Amino acid sequence: MDCSQKNKMMPNGSMRVENLFHSFSEANGTVKVLNGVSLEAKPGEITSIAGPSGCGKSTLLYLMGLLDRPDSGKVFMGDLEVQNFEDDERTKARNHFIGFVFQFHFLIKELTAIENIRLPLLKQGKDEYSANQKANELLSELGLESKAQRPAYKLSGGEQQRVAIARALANSPKYLLADEPTGNLDSSNSEGVFELLDRMAKQTGLSVILVTHNEKLADLSHRKYWMEDGRIVI
Amino acid sequence: MLCFKLAWRFVIARKRPMFLSLAGIVFGVSFFVVTQAQTSGFEKFFIQTILGTNGALRISDRFQDTYGTVEQVDDDGDTRFLFHSREGSLYHEGVDQPSLIRDALDDYPELLGVSEIIEGSAVLDTGFRRKSIVLNGIRWEDHLQSSDLNNQIIQGTMNNFSSDQMGVILGSRISQRLGLKIGDRVSLVGGTGNLHLRVSAIFESGVSQIDKNRIYIHLITARSFLGSSSGGSVFQIAINEPEHAPGLAVQLQSSLNHRVVSWQERERVWLDVFKALRFSSAITVSCILLLSGLGMFNVFAILVIEKTRDIAILRSIGFSRMDISAIFLWQGTIVLVAGITIGSLFAASGTYLISMIPLRIRGIFSTDSFVVNWDLNHYLWASCIAFVFVAVATWIPARRAARIEPAKIIRETL
Repeated sequence: MDCSQKNKMMPNGSMRVENLFHSFSEANGTVKVLNGVSLEAKPGEITSIAGPSGCGKSTLLYLMGLLDRPDSGKVFMGDLEVQNFEDDERTKARNHFIGFVFQFHFLIKELTAIENIRLPLLKQGKDEYSANQKANELLSELGLESKAQRPAYKLSGGEQQRVAIARALANSPKYLLADEPTGNLDSSNSEGVFELLDRMAKQTGLSVILVTHNEKLADLSHRKYWMEDGRIVI
Repeated sequence: MLCFKLAWRFVIARKRPMFLSLAGIVFGVSFFVVTQAQTSGFEKFFIQTILGTNGALRISDRFQDTYGTVEQVDDDGDTRFLFHSREGSLYHEGVDQPSLIRDALDDYPELLGVSEIIEGSAVLDTGFRRKSIVLNGIRWEDHLQSSDLNNQIIQGTMNNFSSDQMGVILGSRISQRLGLKIGDRVSLVGGTGNLHLRVSAIFESGVSQIDKNRIYIHLITARSFLGSSSGGSVFQIAINEPEHAPGLAVQLQSSLNHRVVSWQERERVWLDVFKALRFSSAITVSCILLLSGLGMFNVFAILVIEKTRDIAILRSIGFSRMDISAIFLWQGTIVLVAGITIGSLFAASGTYLISMIPLRIRGIFSTDSFVVNWDLNHYLWASCIAFVFVAVATWIPARRAARIEPAKIIRETL
């Protein structure tokens, strides 16, 4: 995607979903996962989605992150309606506007910490030098500058999660979708990650959509949704 | 480039399975080249021997055309065409007007040398032993242009022969059988009487039938001995491009009205044997490459399963399906290029070592070691076959990797 294309498609503003339905086909039949979900995540804020296991939180996040397609309903990035994007456009949108953080860090274990962070930048077409510069900035911001050349599998759980966040932020996304990012961390690391996301949201105008079981973190969010049986109940 | 770098990291991180895949390709490529170098080496050597001994073309009996039995007659009764049929032609032994044929052959620039030969049977008699032989009367200067006789001489010299009108060049097995050395005298019995000859040289073509039966004497001497003043000759011809001999044979036969046989037609049996051997070894070794390909397919199929989560991650950060395919195809390419390079080095070393192995063969050619053919085409063919197998072995897993739905994988991992 060149600059003109990127600007043309640049989403500006909240991420919204309207009346989203989604179901899975299983051996026993069709399972409805989302039943008309609508919500909005504003720039500069952390929006949390909480609820019991299996209520459809992660599925909602993947639909918002264009990793999956809804049965019906709409997904907006700013004014841009994106749910019907072709595969190619979805890939580009993920690379330029969306960052993902998962419960399990999901780093590429063959690469070092800095190489993992550089991946989205190099994919965008950035040169090695500027990709390294940006990755080092993020590592420094996250207190991991001494771990830059360490293979991903040799980092501790907390360090791996911070590297995963750095990777998600590397492409300066508009939306950061975090699926239980603190699920595998102790309370002090969890709070550290939340503070980091909050700081990033405020500094860069990033919309953070946080799926969590942790009610304490959900309460700290600017906006909070509670889901049950594929519906937003609060 | 990014996909290549990722592929490289994935390859070096999986040393053991990648080494096994690599070993399969190295083994297959080197075996392919070495076996082809041997079989085609022997074949090429055989061809060189027969070209050097009997030439690329031989013009022999004259035939009489009989007119064809099919005539196209138009409605108006005019004959549109008729053809010459050589079916049931009457053959006259030998070339009865050699000087005319020789003049006609001057119009063919592709001919390197033309040697008129008169052939006949006789008996060599040393006084103690006798042996039936086939005598070949030659003009030595012409014969050297159309054969490799000069290089086949193992004792004596061509000069001895050229300076002695009664000189004889003996096949090596004849000289052994009769116990003759350079300078010895021997009688040729048969034809119009006896001839007393002096051994000028001994040749070894490597073809045992020739070495134990053939002698060369001067054409004039042979004609006088056989009582043939001009006719009854054959022509042995060397040409620029021996591969084109069959086409040229047809052309010459049509224009000269004499039977013309190319070396391919003359040696068809042996050439077919070599061809069968070459195909058989190519098929056998291709099976090794096929097995390597299957092994590699296994490695890559498992790799895709192992890397499912990484594929989902790469997709989530903006790698397209094509990028994912490319990462796997690059891995295959890295192993393929390394396999072909190392395999070719092994093949060249193996071919050289095999050429050093002592092996005495006498019969259809003469050699004291393995004959190998250094041909770049063997390397190209081995590379092409390896490419096809590796392409299939990596393309299928790469395609499967590209189809992975990231959301499903991430959901199932959690």
